[in-house]
Amino acid sequence: MSEHIISSKLYIAIWAALMCLTVITASVAFVDLGPLNTVVALVIATLKALLVVLFFMHVKYTSEKLTVTVIIAAIFWLVLLLFLSLADYSTRGMIHAGMP
Amino acid sequence: MPDTPLMTEHEQGLQHQFVDMEQQRNASSLGMWLFLATEIMFFGGMFLAYLVYRYWYYPEFAAGSRSIDIVLGTVNTAVLICSSLTVALGVKAAQLGKRKALVTLLLITILFGLGFLAIKGIEWYQKFEEHHVPGRSFSAQDLIEKYPQIHIDPAPAQIYFSLYFAMTGLHALHMMIGVGVFCFLTFHAWKGSYTPEYHTPVEIGGLYWHFVDIVWIYLFPLLYLIDRKPLK
Repeated sequence: MSEHIISSKLYIAIWAALMCLTVITASVAFVDLGPLNTVVALVIATLKALLVVLFFMHVKYTSEKLTVTVIIAAIFWLVLLLFLSLADYSTRGMIHAGMP
Repeated sequence: MPDTPLMTEHEQGLQHQFVDMEQQRNASSLGMWLFLATEIMFFGGMFLAYLVYRYWYYPEFAAGSRSIDIVLGTVNTAVLICSSLTVALGVKAAQLGKRKALVTLLLITILFGLGFLAIKGIEWYQKFEEHHVPGRSFSAQDLIEKYPQIHIDPAPAQIYFSLYFAMTGLHALHMMIGVGVFCFLTFHAWKGSYTPEYHTPVEIGGLYWHFVDIVWIYLFPLLYLIDRKPLK
């Protein structure tokens, strides 16, 4: 058993996709999409991060389940931190408004 | 039972506690991923601070975001993506035992890293000149005049720039550490320390570099692209 070796062609294709997405995200920012601007920017960023993690960081080809567990746990912690904190901050006004 | 160990000849670089090179490599890579998990938590705190303040002071964040140079930001994103490609190709060169290609790719990566830091330096210099550095000389007067449509309060505007400097600064610090790590890797690659059997340092150094790239992939839209649409 040895490591999986990815072809240079695939690496260059991933690089080209990342470059295109960068140009797209920078250009779309100038178009008025309302609140969707932020959503589009974050979706593109996540797509780019996913390409880097899966291909450049070889996660797509890893057979180590422990590594995958660590990655998923790390993302889960981040989501907990961001989501629960924002649930707090974004609803504070509602509570005070409801108070007599 | 013969008292000779199963493996009489140790493979080059194999530590005695591991069964084989693959297990050793997986252990190192797992360790790096654990470190990166702590890095996600480390940066996560900053991202949370950013989200909460952006939620509270959106107009100031929008105006602050308009004031930073989007061209430099986009070019820097491209520079980091190119550096990630050279890292990925470098790891491949190490897997195949191509010493010259590995040294070259590592050197190009270092150059991209230094280029990124230089562009970041230009950007920060502009911010110092515009009095956008939080502190006693901070002034949002130019933003207030430039964007009369946005209601800008100078105090929250300072929060945007504090976060801008803290987040890009922390990221730049990671880049500097990355450049240091890659100098070390280049030296050892040049000496011929890495072989197809043993090149773990290149691989986990690469994981670190890609991670720093991912942090930037998120910083770019969050700091530069908050609100670029034409003002009514």
